[in-house]
Amino acid sequence: MFREHDMYHPPEEGPVIGDVIVADNLEKRFGNVVAVDRVSFSVREGEIFGFLGPNGAGKTTTMKMIQCVSPKTGGTLRVFGMDVDTHPREIKRHLGVVPQENNLDPDFTAFQNLTIYARYFGIPRREAEERAMELLEFMQLEEKSAMVIEKLSGGMRRRLIIARALINAPKLLILDEPTIGLDPQARHLIWGKLRALQAEGNTLVLTTHYLDEAARLCDRLVIMDRGKILVEGSPEALVRRHVGTDIVEAERTPDVVACIDGMGVRYDVTADTVQIYTNEPEDVVRTLLDACRHGAVTARPATLEDVFLKLTGRPLRE
Amino acid sequence: MGRFAAAGITCSVWRVWRRNWDAFVKTYQVNFIPPFVEPFLYLLALGFGLGTYIETIDGVSYPRFIAPALISVSVMYSAFFECTYSSFVRMYYRKTFDAIIATPIGIEEVIAGEILWGATRALIYAALMLPVLVAFGVVDLPVSVLVVPFAFLAGLLFASIGMCFTAITPSIDALNYPSFLFITPMFLFSGTFFPLSLLPPIVQYIALAVLPLTHVVSVNRAITLTAFSPILYFDLIWIGAVTLVLFLLSIRLMRRRLIA
Repeated sequence: MFREHDMYHPPEEGPVIGDVIVADNLEKRFGNVVAVDRVSFSVREGEIFGFLGPNGAGKTTTMKMIQCVSPKTGGTLRVFGMDVDTHPREIKRHLGVVPQENNLDPDFTAFQNLTIYARYFGIPRREAEERAMELLEFMQLEEKSAMVIEKLSGGMRRRLIIARALINAPKLLILDEPTIGLDPQARHLIWGKLRALQAEGNTLVLTTHYLDEAARLCDRLVIMDRGKILVEGSPEALVRRHVGTDIVEAERTPDVVACIDGMGVRYDVTADTVQIYTNEPEDVVRTLLDACRHGAVTARPATLEDVFLKLTGRPLRE
Repeated sequence: MGRFAAAGITCSVWRVWRRNWDAFVKTYQVNFIPPFVEPFLYLLALGFGLGTYIETIDGVSYPRFIAPALISVSVMYSAFFECTYSSFVRMYYRKTFDAIIATPIGIEEVIAGEILWGATRALIYAALMLPVLVAFGVVDLPVSVLVVPFAFLAGLLFASIGMCFTAITPSIDALNYPSFLFITPMFLFSGTFFPLSLLPPIVQYIALAVLPLTHVVSVNRAITLTAFSPILYFDLIWIGAVTLVLFLLSIRLMRRRLIA
């Protein structure tokens, strides 16, 4: 006899966690320019997943394909198990989007921005108003409820945009540079809220240029460059794998470079320093101090920024 | 999906429309003044000022001759400018369209909602102007009430025209070209302030072929003077057909501009 549950068995390791986004050889071309070059990745339910990369890496384009507002030109992309080409409305119903640019509606107050946005989702008025009040409270904006947008500070606008993205109780939140241009206080507040959203079971996907933000928030991340994914993993694992635990920085002099060359360590040369990637900083420092004619030497823990610069290179991107 | 411009349009268009209505109502004091003041000024200056030198046109007093033109021009301006400068500001500077298409609403519905709103604004202006014209005794009652629903159809036409230009304009300043080279000549040469028949025949044909306002003035004049003739069918079919084509074209052009 045919039984429905025979058709598909989910993997039986631990709790069953579905993939919210699955991209396979995803590609986006604008004419001859390949903005996203056949990337594959998947985002698991309940995690914070980051997209890092220099300007023009293809992060925002990838976000826009996930949001179903920019059609892909190749590969497959499924969100909540649905194809972005055929089910944009159903996908967008469960999506919250925080765009890079503030696009709040300046004709209306903070509160009205939320209720009008709720109407786009077809949320009934009473429910929309209740939810708008809750969200203003959640983002600590309840006192700004009746203010028009131009009277709000940059941090308040950003928080209001996040509140707006939550109006439809989305299962997946997409944030393109959520804390861009904000002061440290506002950034910490937003990080706290994003963590709280994750704790409630939401899945978050974000892009950011702030590597401390990525290291702090993301469970997993990818680093993109020129449309391709260079690496994928947790921030700690990436640091360990590509840099080591520590960095020893020495002033860049011909003597130091020659000396380090003979030490058999991995290092990188910047404008004014030599950066040595290592898991044994004490040994490296000692060798440097003993054997080389050195200038200033410092040791510090390795960070995601070291991975980022190592992988994407130091020349400026326009 | 998506080959057809009109495919994927649902009742969500009214949510886009409603956003504009809400913004309009918030500033109603400013919005309601022009339709009252405009006919007043034109009737005094042209109708009763300049008009004293003109006895009648085809047996119609000059103020009665220009009254339907005033409504037609107001319909044209309100719908065209709403869907050019105002829509462009929402689309380009405020990114309102981007914000809306991040919800289940599609770009086709955003554009259709904007055009419906432009037509609604034309209807509101016509409805506000009508009492002023009635007070001056220059339009026939009760038949002139028909100019109000007709303003919506004519509004759709000018809103669609405006949206086509908005879709292709490189900047907000470039919208001055259609305003001065298309809308202003239409204001003058569409049988508005003097009969089309005064123009050389070739110019008349051109006006009828490419100046939408000629058809709108013709219909409105028939309504306010209670002078219906079979030529009205031609005007209405022309307006309906051109509106449909431009409505679909504007959605197509906008999708090309915004969905990359």
